[in-house]
Amino acid sequence: MDLQTLTYIVVGATFVLYIGIAIWSRAHSTGDFYVAGKGVHPVANGMATGADWMSAASFISMAGLIAFLGYDGSVYLMGWTGGYVLLALLLAPYLRKYGKFTVPEFIGDRYYSKSARIVAVICLIFISFTYVAGQMRGVGIVFSRFLEVDILTGLLVGMGIVFIYAVLGGMKGITYTQVAQYCVLIFAYTVPAVFISIQLTGNALPQLGLGSTVSGSESVWLLERLDSVVQDLGFGAYTDGSKATIDVFCITLALMVGTAGLPHVIVRFFTVPKVSDARRSAGWALFFIALLYTTAPAVGAMARLNLIETIWPGGNSEETQPLAYEERPNWFRTWEETGLLGFEDKNGDGRIQYYNDANEQFSPVAESRGWEGNELTVDRDIMVLANPEIANLPNWVIALIAAGGIAAALSTAAGLLLVISSAVSHDLVKGIFKPDMSERGELLTGRIAAAVAIVIAGYLGYNPPGFVAQVVAFAFGLAAASLFPAIIMGIFSTRINREGAIAGMLTGLLFTFGYILYFKGIFITPLAENVPENWLFGISPEGIGVVGMLLNVIVATVVSKLTAPPPADIRDLVEDIRVPRGAAAAHGH
Amino acid sequence: MSDQATRDRYWKANLRLMAICLIIWFTVSYGFGILLVDVLDRFQLFGYPLGFWFAQQGSIYTFLGLIFFYAWRMNKLDREHDFHEE
Repeated sequence: MDLQTLTYIVVGATFVLYIGIAIWSRAHSTGDFYVAGKGVHPVANGMATGADWMSAASFISMAGLIAFLGYDGSVYLMGWTGGYVLLALLLAPYLRKYGKFTVPEFIGDRYYSKSARIVAVICLIFISFTYVAGQMRGVGIVFSRFLEVDILTGLLVGMGIVFIYAVLGGMKGITYTQVAQYCVLIFAYTVPAVFISIQLTGNALPQLGLGSTVSGSESVWLLERLDSVVQDLGFGAYTDGSKATIDVFCITLALMVGTAGLPHVIVRFFTVPKVSDARRSAGWALFFIALLYTTAPAVGAMARLNLIETIWPGGNSEETQPLAYEERPNWFRTWEETGLLGFEDKNGDGRIQYYNDANEQFSPVAESRGWEGNELTVDRDIMVLANPEIANLPNWVIALIAAGGIAAALSTAAGLLLVISSAVSHDLVKGIFKPDMSERGELLTGRIAAAVAIVIAGYLGYNPPGFVAQVVAFAFGLAAASLFPAIIMGIFSTRINREGAIAGMLTGLLFTFGYILYFKGIFITPLAENVPENWLFGISPEGIGVVGMLLNVIVATVVSKLTAPPPADIRDLVEDIRVPRGAAAAHGH
Repeated sequence: MSDQATRDRYWKANLRLMAICLIIWFTVSYGFGILLVDVLDRFQLFGYPLGFWFAQQGSIYTFLGLIFFYAWRMNKLDREHDFHEE
């Protein structure tokens, strides 16, 4: 069977599975729709959180990002896992105890203010829409690469699938679909990784393979070999970084805190039956995430080594020549067609000179060898997408990668769409405009809001505003600077009041937003060049959320000190969420 | 219902446990993985430079251990103070 047909079958089978789950787990009440009736088993919730959290970017792009960044790629590995410690210790158990449906609802209650709730809704919607646009784009791209349909068709199919299970099943449908999607994506990710690790190191576990010796040698470590081959081509050593320490520090912290402040992640911990389950469930979530996140650095390093050794079979030295273009392997041809690999014979010798032509210290070597610039362009996504072919794996594994990429994108999109729709139906319509709405009416409003959100997300995915590439900086920075401190202070302080929280959130939001705009110019032209010399304290826009967070805390504390303390019943609310007993009970599934 | 003193004791114990966990959390990632990475990279863990290992593997394993440790200790605290869920 050819690859195309096989891919259709595998992807089609996963779609049937998702729709089947959606029909089985329809939502019957607003409780089902918002928080899956608070009856999800902590391990299942951990898996669902894993799929919710790991987006198209984690699945397709992260290993490639690490492959080219080397040590600097660690910011993503630590930043996107360390946030779960904060979630488990500082947030999840208390919000579960509080026991309602949404993040803005908690902020509105704790700060006894509709304005605070509205500010939280605005933060939430902005964060979630920027994030979801990237996911829809990812769905379209996977479709067009593997199934050779155009991006619009791919998008419409993806929207249709999410529509069915998110609108019908709400949180309940999404949760159980995400469990299935997790299984698909982790299988698709680890199988090629295991094979490539065996080929290169003889060790089946990629996590250990990365620290092993290369096959056929007793004494050469894989990372050592990688360091030397990249340096021979003028690149920086793989295990060394080039970013400033303060920037690495701040980016990691912004990503961690941002993770813990992302509404679609937080709300997953509203779905488990007990407070103790919320703590445990965060552990399971990280366990399932870590399976991918500890594999990714191995995939990145091994794929990079594989690529370089394919182009430079004997390494780079005075006596060796790179691969002749005519002798390129089959996978090279396949991925050339998609534009992910590109060759331009600058010096006309028919061979692929791949090296770092931006390194001035290396240019004498290049000149003496008659090279006229780097001739190979590599898209980082190829490190995951082409892995099965490079490792000579059967076609069904390649088909699985397509299904895995789509699963990663759809699961994250669905989680985001749900928090958007519950913020609209529960916090805005029910909470502010029509408090007397019936449960049926609210459920219907939630479904309509989800449907509208899907259409907007699809539109943003098809016509991505320039900022999709900057989503990371934006969504994480804003979550870190606005929602996270407001929630944490709400739990750990009884003195922070309405005025302080609102002032703090607005300060954090505006500062972070302004800083990113200043350098990245999303709606406007950047006001200054985005280079370390111009940055505040040497912190890049990716890491600035940390400063926004500190400003939020300072402003909130000072303003609260200067205004009246919160009323007595708020003290009681805080005292109450600090102890587990008495959490609202689950209802059956 | 438990009295205010029990609540305060429970909360203090929780904060102490939290502080210990967060210190470890900070040390393995920001300490070993970022601030001290060049020093630790002089040592090897199999084929990994040690600092690099903490940044790309070790910190994640530690995070995982920390969450389960905290969940386990908190369940004990809940019981000792009679705040656990039925």
